[in-house]
Amino acid sequence: MTAAADQSQPLVSGRKSKSGLLRTEIMQGLALISPTFLYAFILLVLPIVVVLAHSFWTQHYLTVDRTFTLANYRAALGEPMYRDLLWRSLRISLVVSGLTVFFAYPIAYYISFYGGRRKGLWLFLITIPFWTSYLLRIMSWKVILGYNGVLNSALMGLGILHEPSPALLYNSSAVVITLTHAWAAFAVLPIFVALEKVDRTLIEAAADLGDGPLRAFLRVTLPLSVPGIVSALLIVMIPTVGDFVTPKLVGGKDGMMIANAIQVQFGRAANWPLGAALSVTTMIVVSLMAGAAVFLIRTVARLAR
Amino acid sequence: MIRLRRLLPGGSWLSAYAFLYVVFLYLPVMFLPIFSVNTAATPKFPLNGFTWKWYEGLLRTPELVEAAWNSLIVGVSAAILSTIFGILAARAITRYRFPGRRPINGLIMAPLVLPEIIIAISLLLVVLRLGIGLSLFTVMLGHVLICIPYSMTVLTSGFEGFDRSLEEASADLGESAFGTFRRVTLPMVMPAIISSLLVSFTISLDEFMIAFFLSGTEATLPIYIWGQLRFAAKLPGVLALGTLLLVASFVLMAIAEMLRRRAASRTHNEGGLYV
Amino acid sequence: MFDRVPPERTMIEIRDVTRSYGAFKALDDASLAIREGEFFSLLGPSGCGKTTLLRMIAGFDQPTSGSIAIDGQPMDGIPANRRPTNMVFQSYAIFPHLNVEQNVAYGLKRLRLDAGEEKRRVEEALEQVSLTGLGRRGATELSGGQRQRVALARALVMRPKVLLLDEPLSALDKKLREQMQIELRRLQQAVGITFILVTHDQYEALAMSDRIAVMFNGRIAQVASPKDIYQRPVTRQVADFLGGMNFVAAEIVEESGATLTVDTLGFGRVKAEKPPAFLRKGTSATLGIRPERLRVLWDEERFDFEVAGTVVERHYFGEVTHLIVDIPGLEKPLSVIETNDFGADDIPVGAAIRLAYDPEALVALAD
Repeated sequence: MTAAADQSQPLVSGRKSKSGLLRTEIMQGLALISPTFLYAFILLVLPIVVVLAHSFWTQHYLTVDRTFTLANYRAALGEPMYRDLLWRSLRISLVVSGLTVFFAYPIAYYISFYGGRRKGLWLFLITIPFWTSYLLRIMSWKVILGYNGVLNSALMGLGILHEPSPALLYNSSAVVITLTHAWAAFAVLPIFVALEKVDRTLIEAAADLGDGPLRAFLRVTLPLSVPGIVSALLIVMIPTVGDFVTPKLVGGKDGMMIANAIQVQFGRAANWPLGAALSVTTMIVVSLMAGAAVFLIRTVARLAR
Repeated sequence: MIRLRRLLPGGSWLSAYAFLYVVFLYLPVMFLPIFSVNTAATPKFPLNGFTWKWYEGLLRTPELVEAAWNSLIVGVSAAILSTIFGILAARAITRYRFPGRRPINGLIMAPLVLPEIIIAISLLLVVLRLGIGLSLFTVMLGHVLICIPYSMTVLTSGFEGFDRSLEEASADLGESAFGTFRRVTLPMVMPAIISSLLVSFTISLDEFMIAFFLSGTEATLPIYIWGQLRFAAKLPGVLALGTLLLVASFVLMAIAEMLRRRAASRTHNEGGLYV
Repeated sequence: MFDRVPPERTMIEIRDVTRSYGAFKALDDASLAIREGEFFSLLGPSGCGKTTLLRMIAGFDQPTSGSIAIDGQPMDGIPANRRPTNMVFQSYAIFPHLNVEQNVAYGLKRLRLDAGEEKRRVEEALEQVSLTGLGRRGATELSGGQRQRVALARALVMRPKVLLLDEPLSALDKKLREQMQIELRRLQQAVGITFILVTHDQYEALAMSDRIAVMFNGRIAQVASPKDIYQRPVTRQVADFLGGMNFVAAEIVEESGATLTVDTLGFGRVKAEKPPAFLRKGTSATLGIRPERLRVLWDEERFDFEVAGTVVERHYFGEVTHLIVDIPGLEKPLSVIETNDFGADDIPVGAAIRLAYDPEALVALAD
């Protein structure tokens, strides 16, 4: 008698629905993912629908009038203050995402092609500042750029300035610098991933066909890494539009962005429908801008070939 | 590799650039610890002298201790919940094929690319409309939402490449479904799970925007810092607190990364050794 | 322990098993009886259904229709963990978080043996696969060959009624693979357990098996001993899959009992054994002959059965030479393998030669 035979004694003829095997796999998969899906649905999709609904309503002090109106959108798009803020936010996020990608590309390239066995360490080094508090990173720029700050005192110590310059902080450049720093790691990763996928023999093939290093880069590596550039751009551009901490801490009056106006509507001004309309407008406009940017990059990449 | 390098542009310039880039990443953050032990009340050069007094001051601030306690509660519960949600979803995504897999995954990962203010205000609207009071609980709900994508990423990289035949081998050797989970699946993905817990906790600990909108009277650490920023005299204390948070984040993330790699190297054990 | 049993006892009975995925049939109405204690191979190209069949025996997959019985017990609805089978996986599936000993003892833990007995059985299994002393080695520190042995020991230690091997040698290099073929065969004869091997390598199947089932497109084409499979294939496909074969078009002129008489252009009228597939008088068939069964005739040497032709190509392979010989009347030239003992490697291209053949070596094949 073999030991294994003992295990097979209960002969229950539990005839499972045989063709249903595939179906049970589907059911198991759906059952497993449904709690997470429901959580994301209830706490993300439904609230966004609520925001959308609010943007068509009107606030009367403490009650909300639910008759359909476009007045909030008229205010959001019509009033010069909001228009300026929105415009500035888009400009800042475009500049920030462009700069981050521009500065991140060489480092991603370096890690991918020259990282060798230390690739993991490099990536870890690049990403770890990102895991520190956003608020703290902004705060450190306030410390650096402030009137009584690091940069001013250093410049004075070196004799370049005679008195502290107030021009460093509280303007849109300060916002751009801070955001570019804060989102650096986010841009490096997608570009790195795209570069890792570039087949190294393609570069050898390009060299074999007569391209020098620079031409091979421009004609092979760069076009093949376009997907990485695109996702890096989007991953920085979209969230930065909605930032209100950076403008508030280092932006001053000239560095305010649309998110500050949104925050005010949900705070002091207590006009939720207007705040909702501003949010929806921002989302739509930034999506359009992102779409345009992606289209532009892809077109350029195609023409460059 | 060496031969390939000759075909690439600008090697030495790139090394110099990489060095400068890392300096640019780290230098601003390094000013926090530097000025947190400086005797002067304003952060400027030259440094005056070394002191621990700002750190000692922290302990004598009851609101701070309370905020730290609040952050701990929110962080631990958000970490546990988002990891549980992450395990379920990551397992479903890596193991099963079912219709709607990609869009569902897209929705779960969406908080990663949405502006945080949109997530924050939409949650705020719903919470207020439902008449639920703002509290640490509402902050935790929001944190779970934004932590899930990170948990998912860490866990999928741990689950992926998990050779399905390992579980089949276990069943083949007589183990039940639960026994297989306990003896094979769990030990192999444990590092990824712990890593997910640490990552989620760190995110929650440092998160500001959602806490700003969704917290009631009880502040978390970033909210406390935000409140202190208005007072110039409190800056050194804030720097000291910030430094502590930085160190905590560094340590937690370093451990998380180590574990994630161990999990990955375990599950991707095929190849390498036998060629 | 393992009582010697009458050799003809059936261990696995596969009856009319079909496995479909939508419209695609991975296995199409397969029936098979595997005897106790035999080394049985499922041979075929990838996608022929051999792995599907093996996984259904193991319990990882269920038949869409039909039934499987192991040792007289029907297996419907019985999950893998309650079947008296154990498997050596293609990837070996060595638990990376456990060492060699723990891997081998994995299944024993469920049996709750006392510590001494468990240890003894693990030691015994490790000895069977020549891994004594490596028990404490970590799973990730093993070579490919060692991983394979651990997988084998882990399955054997369970003393299964049937051991299933899913392409166990495909990850090994050629030399190690040949060594393991011999070892596996030796091991199987020592333990006397029924082994079922899935492979796409015809030499592996021929070298190791008692019997082979050749499969194509979800169907079992032939079940026979290695020698019969090689020498008496029943279809063109089987003949082709098991090495080189010259095919000659033939017309059936007479059938009597087990013999067919056929007319061919190159070989004239010959008699051949009738295959089990339907071949009728007046229909066309294919005659096959293996290249090594054709022999070059030297000088005045005479033989009762010979064909004449011209050498059009010559390929040197060390101990043998492949000649491609054009025969008047045949649409395709014949391929001949001749040992180099008599100077076949010196035959010039363009030479006129005569070939001898044994009519016994001619097989009639269904298309």
